[in-house]
Amino acid sequence: MGKNVSNFGKTYLTLGFIFLYLPILILIIFSFNESKLVTVWGGFSTKWYGELLRDEQMLGAAWMSFKIAFLAASAAVVIGTMASIVMVRMGHFKGRAAFTSMITAPLVMPEVITGLSLLLLFVAMAQTIGWPAGRGMLTILIAHITFCTAFVAVVVSSRLREMDASLEEAARDLGAPPWKVFFLITLPIIAPALISGWLLAFTLSLDDLVIASFVSGPGSTTLPMVVYSSVRLGISPKINALATIIVLLASTGVLTAWWWAQRVETRSIKLPANIS
Amino acid sequence: MSWGWRSVIGVPYVWLTLFFLVPFVIVFKISFSEMAYAIPPYTDLMTWADQQLTLSLNFGNYSYLFTDDLYIRAYLSSIRIAGISTVICLLVAYPIAYAIARAEPATRNALLMLVILPSWTSFLIRIYAWVGILKNNGLINNFLMWLGIIDQPIAMLNTEFAVYIGIVYAYLPFMVLPLYTNLMKLDSSLLEAASDLGAAPWKVFMTVTLPLSKAGMIAGSMLVFIPAVGEFVIPDMLGGAETLMIGKVLWQEFFNNRDWPVASAVAIVMLLLLLLPITLFHRYQSRELGN
Repeated sequence: MGKNVSNFGKTYLTLGFIFLYLPILILIIFSFNESKLVTVWGGFSTKWYGELLRDEQMLGAAWMSFKIAFLAASAAVVIGTMASIVMVRMGHFKGRAAFTSMITAPLVMPEVITGLSLLLLFVAMAQTIGWPAGRGMLTILIAHITFCTAFVAVVVSSRLREMDASLEEAARDLGAPPWKVFFLITLPIIAPALISGWLLAFTLSLDDLVIASFVSGPGSTTLPMVVYSSVRLGISPKINALATIIVLLASTGVLTAWWWAQRVETRSIKLPANIS
Repeated sequence: MSWGWRSVIGVPYVWLTLFFLVPFVIVFKISFSEMAYAIPPYTDLMTWADQQLTLSLNFGNYSYLFTDDLYIRAYLSSIRIAGISTVICLLVAYPIAYAIARAEPATRNALLMLVILPSWTSFLIRIYAWVGILKNNGLINNFLMWLGIIDQPIAMLNTEFAVYIGIVYAYLPFMVLPLYTNLMKLDSSLLEAASDLGAAPWKVFMTVTLPLSKAGMIAGSMLVFIPAVGEFVIPDMLGGAETLMIGKVLWQEFFNNRDWPVASAVAIVMLLLLLLPITLFHRYQSRELGN
């Protein structure tokens, strides 16, 4: 496309970004508010951060969510990458249409449906085969791996399709077995996509309230579940403090990953020029 | 086919079949059972008594959905709210995607990053932010009263208006991304040809750009519309008791009334309503996924 943005475009983009960022900025500002009233400024204070760090229930739930998100993202990257190899490199096989539907449908499926259906599956499985015995961290983990896999598959397969397939061909022609081609050629090239897929899966898992509420059991409360029940009771500056920490961690993580991916990108573009 | 290839297909295939496809079959099954005070709280469809296997299908849950007008109204208003929000989202997102696609390549990535960044922070907290902005003694009302434009707060929280804002705010990046991808693929020589032949810029846009970005518009709209129909958090936190949406009804049926069979029937009917949009989305996405 063309290379100039009109003044209208610039104004519009600015307004768009104000719309996207102003609510978050307001949350951050009011996390430093002395007053308990979230909308009236009562002077600067960091006391809500102190209260947040003393909230045992919140910390426990945060740790639970973190563990689930870490495991779910890691498993989803493995299964999702396998799924994208199947979709991009395998051509036609029996059941391909069903396979792609199972990748695309979870992307849009309303969470209440996914949550209810997984809960009913776990209950039915417990009745018939006795596993999983109870609901808790394991069932939340399985649920999260399932929907995160779909997102990872989309991210990784778009990278895999853009990748120069002749590199793999060359390695194969030189006699490398398929697994060696994958680990020595394909994997390093698609690594940035694996990292963004992992980060995406991690945040999706960390963020999920609805599905976790359906499939969790006693003793496995995740962070969004605690936030939701405290928000239902009314606005609390402690949640603002939590929001600020989450925004800070998320933007640092994402911007670092983005910067790293940009660097890998420019390096791989420059490489052929250096050779020639 | 080698053992290795088989396991590469097998692992994701088995996982998704077991944890995505099979659950729907179970929901379908339980939507034909009856609520019972037992663990689990529903009756078995098949019973074995007097050396005879009896299958009892109970259509009561479905006829209940169509006799109590709460459910029909909830389905209709979910579709209406999701539809209106999708249109607003498209109108807001299109110029953003267009402006980013026309920016310098160096700034393009940064702008795109800025659009996506908010969705990496908690969804729940971003919706919560709007509670403080929209409520009666919230920021907008306080500001307008301070300016002296109004002397009574305008009720914004717990209205449908708040739900529109919430959906547009939360789902905007999902609309911008496919539109941007689509606009980037647009062959710029077509645009040049049109303007060389003397078409005014708006005419180039209306006759070339807009029709060619149809695929992106459909994909983005489905990415917003389908989850929005079943949305729970946004109507629950911003919509108040007045706003009726089917995701909230299903939640209450399950968690408050503990009626799993009716909740299952609600889910099945919702799924049937969404079948067409999901198929549309799937058709676009499977093209993207490299067929």
